[in-house]
Amino acid sequence: MERRLLLGQPQLAITISRLCQELIENHENFENTVILGLQPRGIYLAERIRARLEEFTKVKVDLGYLDSTFFRDDFRRRDSPVRANETRIDFLVEGKDVILVDDVFYTGRSVRASLDAMTAFGRPAKVELLALIERKYAHHVPIKPDYIGKQVNTIDSQRVLVEWKGAGVEEDTIWLINTEE
Amino acid sequence: MSQQLSTKHLLGIENLTLEDIELIFKTADEFKDVINRPIKKVPSLRDITIANVFFENSTRTKLSFELAEKRLSADVINFSSSNSSVKKGETLLDTVNNILSMKVDMIVMRHASPGAPHFLSRHIEANIVNAGDGTHEHPTQALLDTYSIRERLGEVGGKKVAIIGDILHSRVALSNIFALQKLGAEVMVCGPITLLPKHIQSLGVKVELDVRKALEWCDVANILRIQLERQQIKYFPSLREYSLYYGVNKALLDSLNKEITIMHPGPINRGVEINSDVADSDHAIILDQVENGVAVRMAVLYLLASVSK
Repeated sequence: MERRLLLGQPQLAITISRLCQELIENHENFENTVILGLQPRGIYLAERIRARLEEFTKVKVDLGYLDSTFFRDDFRRRDSPVRANETRIDFLVEGKDVILVDDVFYTGRSVRASLDAMTAFGRPAKVELLALIERKYAHHVPIKPDYIGKQVNTIDSQRVLVEWKGAGVEEDTIWLINTEE
Repeated sequence: MSQQLSTKHLLGIENLTLEDIELIFKTADEFKDVINRPIKKVPSLRDITIANVFFENSTRTKLSFELAEKRLSADVINFSSSNSSVKKGETLLDTVNNILSMKVDMIVMRHASPGAPHFLSRHIEANIVNAGDGTHEHPTQALLDTYSIRERLGEVGGKKVAIIGDILHSRVALSNIFALQKLGAEVMVCGPITLLPKHIQSLGVKVELDVRKALEWCDVANILRIQLERQQIKYFPSLREYSLYYGVNKALLDSLNKEITIMHPGPINRGVEINSDVADSDHAIILDQVENGVAVRMAVLYLLASVSK
């Protein structure tokens, strides 16, 4: 299977720093801000964003994990079911400025489901979306990320593979994979 | 870990694999989180209709299933045989086919005849969940019992579980034996010899007639009710005598020099198989079992619905 490097080191670290700077521009001291990493893979990026923000601002932003499995609109329509992951949110999002964090933004459907899932924890004042990779021209719903690490043009048979250190690889790397030869 | 059950019906624990049980537990963990939120509902089964078909009385199981279905946003219809056409002579298959003609996707059924859901599964397309078939199996009860043990003690594997009481008439006992063994626990059954099935040893369980010895051996005691409604003949002289020899009370537990977890699938006959000083103690996880029942049933319904295609 052919694979092409989208983001390796140090570009990835630079991208994450840039995304954090953009967040700082809009959120200043993060007093009313919380981060929700979208399960299953957005949580790794969310952890990194939070750590980097803490380096820049000395503020530790509240971080939760949000799983949208039970809110998906493709239940019984997929070939194989999606397994549920842990939702861990120790705070209410009522009145908060929420930053949803995911690694790859593709059709937008899982973000739509996440917006539904989030309502169980209150009504946020404002919700933004941060995605490390945006696959252009592939959106199924009118949702777009507010903060984008890198945009790529892809076709359906391609897949974006994000490898996070800690999940068994040496270094954070992002690949574009061709599933058809 | 597998993402899908190996079966489209939950007929009994006997046909489940260890992977199935672990998947159900993992999914139930997430649903337990959901039902403890301020908003306890998820939209997963919003296009699914479930019929609860109860040919036998039930309070807890029926409420628990109905709540699980509603928490998953399924449409629910209820049927109980006492006020239905079954009384007019309709067969089981006809009754269920009539219900299915109304475009029902899943059937949750309790029936007095062992094997009734198995029979149905050979004739209809909808997913079937066995909510108790006579004295045979009660799979969701065994799943919630073992789930509750896992929650209390960390894991089920390696634990010693004694099932005490009317084993002969109990579907809870048989399903529990299967579930506990698949999860790697050791199982003992204990009761008057008349209430133990012949050849029960062939299931690989220990048999004990003395309740004190059973309690001394086990980490968890699952205490069952005497099912008088299923007993056509007398199996012991009197309830009073049963209580004297097999009733679990605080004095007995205090004399053991160890702590054991007490379970009961309900309904409890206080003062017969278990005394209030035990049922209401910190060792009892009886009400946790009820709470976990909803989460486990949500997991079962959700996972079965996802394999329907």
